[in-house]
Amino acid sequence: MESIIKGRVWKFGDNISTDHIAPGRYFHLRTNLPELAKHVLEDADPEFPKKVRPGDIIVAGNNFGLGSSREHAPRIIKIAGVSCVIAKSFARIFYRNAFNIGLPLLTADTDKIDEGDELEIDLEKGIIKDLTKGITLESTPIPPFMMRLLEDGGIVEHIKKHGDFKVD
Amino acid sequence: MGKTMAEKIIGEHAGKDVKAGEIVVAKVDVAMVQDGTGPLSVQVLKEMNMERVFDKKNTVLFLDHATPSPRKELSNAHKILRDFSDKTGAYLSDVGEGVCHQRLVESWASPGQLIVGADSHTCTSGALGAFATGMGSTDVAIAFALGKVWLRVPETHRFYIHGEFPEGVYSKDLILHIIGTIGADGATYKSMEFYGPTIDKMTMESRFTITNMAIEAGGKTGMIAPDETTKKYLEEMGRGEKYREIKSDDDAIFEKEYEFDVSEIEPTISFPHTVDNTRTITEAKKENIRIDQVYIGTCTNGRIEDLRVAAKIIDGNKVNKKTRLIVIPASRRVYIQALKEGLLEKFVEAGAAIESPGCGPCVGIHKGVLADGERVLSTQNRNFKGRMGNPNAEIYLGSPATAAATAIEGKIADPRDYL
Ligand code: SF4
Repeated sequence: MESIIKGRVWKFGDNISTDHIAPGRYFHLRTNLPELAKHVLEDADPEFPKKVRPGDIIVAGNNFGLGSSREHAPRIIKIAGVSCVIAKSFARIFYRNAFNIGLPLLTADTDKIDEGDELEIDLEKGIIKDLTKGITLESTPIPPFMMRLLEDGGIVEHIKKHGDFKVD
Repeated sequence: MGKTMAEKIIGEHAGKDVKAGEIVVAKVDVAMVQDGTGPLSVQVLKEMNMERVFDKKNTVLFLDHATPSPRKELSNAHKILRDFSDKTGAYLSDVGEGVCHQRLVESWASPGQLIVGADSHTCTSGALGAFATGMGSTDVAIAFALGKVWLRVPETHRFYIHGEFPEGVYSKDLILHIIGTIGADGATYKSMEFYGPTIDKMTMESRFTITNMAIEAGGKTGMIAPDETTKKYLEEMGRGEKYREIKSDDDAIFEKEYEFDVSEIEPTISFPHTVDNTRTITEAKKENIRIDQVYIGTCTNGRIEDLRVAAKIIDGNKVNKKTRLIVIPASRRVYIQALKEGLLEKFVEAGAAIESPGCGPCVGIHKGVLADGERVLSTQNRNFKGRMGNPNAEIYLGSPATAAATAIEGKIADPRDYL
């Protein structure tokens, strides 16, 4: 897993739910994730699935990913090519699911970041550089176990590698 | 120092003393998926070459979200779970048996257990004194195969509930009021424990409505210490021997403590598009909000007690000409009971459509998808944009009594006018 990420920002507000990310009306596409990914975040921004490019970064407000346990939500964000999500806070099932499937999340005050900004992120150090604005932001450190999951490439690879959970 | 219920249960399952903040590996008693999340779990197990289950009886596959199947892709998804059940012996709860969380409290959950489910409202079973929490498909897939999960032991927020419910006010109004007060992220990652004289007097069914919605405040679980009411409920469900006591010690560390007096609460409505956007019925009525569809059902409020309250209000009235009323019992057991008590007849005579047990229109696939610009009042637990299948529709949440009164008037109505 790359620990330095560079990309362009798409900005969202507070309370982006898993229903915004993977709407229930596409329930029948849950067994076809590449198709479902064509609707990612459609209910927050109908144009987003067309606009997003590999490497882009999602930046949001509070409580990103609230709602259902559908792991399809972080999975299609990843399939759409998004390299990282930064938000002021995350809902817990989404947080867990994202690390399990190897999508990095950072928690930081995102007010100063605007749509279209270029960011450079050092995941390990938790440092976010907004290259457009010339400012540096610090994120809350990723808990060591979650960092290990990312390094291993998600929980499935983690279990394959260690034969079990390795929490300490 | 004392321990919280959550710390005690997780500790028992981790085989050591644990405290909030620690990450541990814990044994699981019951693990479940549903038709929306389960096919991905099966795929993960295939990829890992671990298509097996740790305990046949306690590994459950629920077909409830899109049942009976409205389209071939979903029938194929169901088939993935049917085949997995055939292959591994995991229990399949088939079409018509009901919503996963209602089925879990009827037939599986018991005090002191650790339950994981690939569905966010798995927290419902916490009302029976279990530690029950929602996770993703991959987490639950691994729990299926290994019989364990990794967990961060949550801090506890404790809610002391006292006072008498005024007429027309129910546990649904209480939990909407609480979420309106603390916010949709007011308890993120926390165990929410409810206690006090009002909880002591509450039926098991009303308690389920409260713990069901813990996730709507961001909670990892909602919990209520088992008592005589729990014991009687388990006996009624044929698992009286599963009863045990477990509660938080008085000197445990509670990160936050809240107090709510229910005698001060009015019937409460969540306005679109977040659950914490609450108003009292008095405020809501002033806005004269026309409602096109009313839905009584779901894992939040599709139980027999809910159908009784709503049927009593509907009895002898007619559903408004400009409004559709859909009623769905949460499980087959509830369905049979409602038939026996003549409740369904009252709904049908008033003009309602009854559907077979399951999630119904809650998740936006079938059985009542809204048109652009339409408004629904539902007894379900969340009202996010697009939730019920159309992002151009508006979802209002309320109690079964409020729903029944609203169906009669065709606009958001005060149930107290019908009691
Ligand atoms: S009734 Fe609604 S909230 Fe409950 S499990 Fe079904 S879809 Fe989820």
